[in-house]
Amino acid sequence: MAWVWFHKFGSPPHFYRIAGRLTPWLAWPALLLGLAGLYGGLVLAPADYQQGDGFRILYVHVPSAWLSLMVYVVMALSAAVGLIWRMNVAHAVAASCAPIGASFTALALVTGMLWGRPMWGTYWEWDPRLTSELLLLFLYLGYIGLRNSIDEVSRADRASAVLAIVGVVNVPIIHYSVIWWNSLHQAPSVMKFGKPTMPASMLVPLLLMWLAFTLLFGALLLIRARGQVLRRERAAHWIREALA
Amino acid sequence: MSLTNFLHMGGYAPFVWPSYLLSALVIVFNIMAARRSLRLAQQAARRRFDLAADRSAS
Repeated sequence: MAWVWFHKFGSPPHFYRIAGRLTPWLAWPALLLGLAGLYGGLVLAPADYQQGDGFRILYVHVPSAWLSLMVYVVMALSAAVGLIWRMNVAHAVAASCAPIGASFTALALVTGMLWGRPMWGTYWEWDPRLTSELLLLFLYLGYIGLRNSIDEVSRADRASAVLAIVGVVNVPIIHYSVIWWNSLHQAPSVMKFGKPTMPASMLVPLLLMWLAFTLLFGALLLIRARGQVLRRERAAHWIREALA
Repeated sequence: MSLTNFLHMGGYAPFVWPSYLLSALVIVFNIMAARRSLRLAQQAARRRFDLAADRSAS
């Protein structure tokens, strides 16, 4: 059963069609959840007892930081599937992840700086969490640069896949950096075992924003991956029908 | 809560609002860039097929 699904999703015409149908089902819920999360985070949630209203940066910082990591994992996994099973659709997905991941990593870094200035007294510190997140941005940019430097798509797919897979070691380093080393950055308060250390009025808007960002990524990925699938297809008859 | 108070963000306005503005920009940019990327790929594929059709016809 799973294999049938795997093969179907791996077939370019199926992927192109299913991804096109699926996109609005991710995009519209993302918009609605995002608006609800904004209202909850900016208006309904009470000010933090230590950080006042400054903590509200959390509602854009945490979801973008989450995406920066999740997108990288999706990219590395798809690259590995593409490399092992020579699956063009998987390479198309991996290539589509990079620009999205890079932009949200940059957003996580900048919103983190804007949060760090009033709370830590500095925009930047060469701290384990901040430094490893910056390295993640460079990994994304390196991946994009490597792809752009190779004209032939199939060679670009294979070379960039290796880079994506090697770079995945940075993901657990980022996540655990605040636990392994003495970091300025606070430890996780949501993604941990047991109860999150946050009241529901603060937590619910965060979960809404988290879901909205994740669904948005899904929609963006499907749009980009459809284009990448078209780029990898040479003279396949299904394209004529799909574009008619 | 008055609008002035809301916009003031308890003194953190210079940090909170730029964060939200940049997030909005990154999201809008991503949507536009993704759609543009798909459109360009569709145009290129159409061109490829028209050319292929011309070649087989001649």
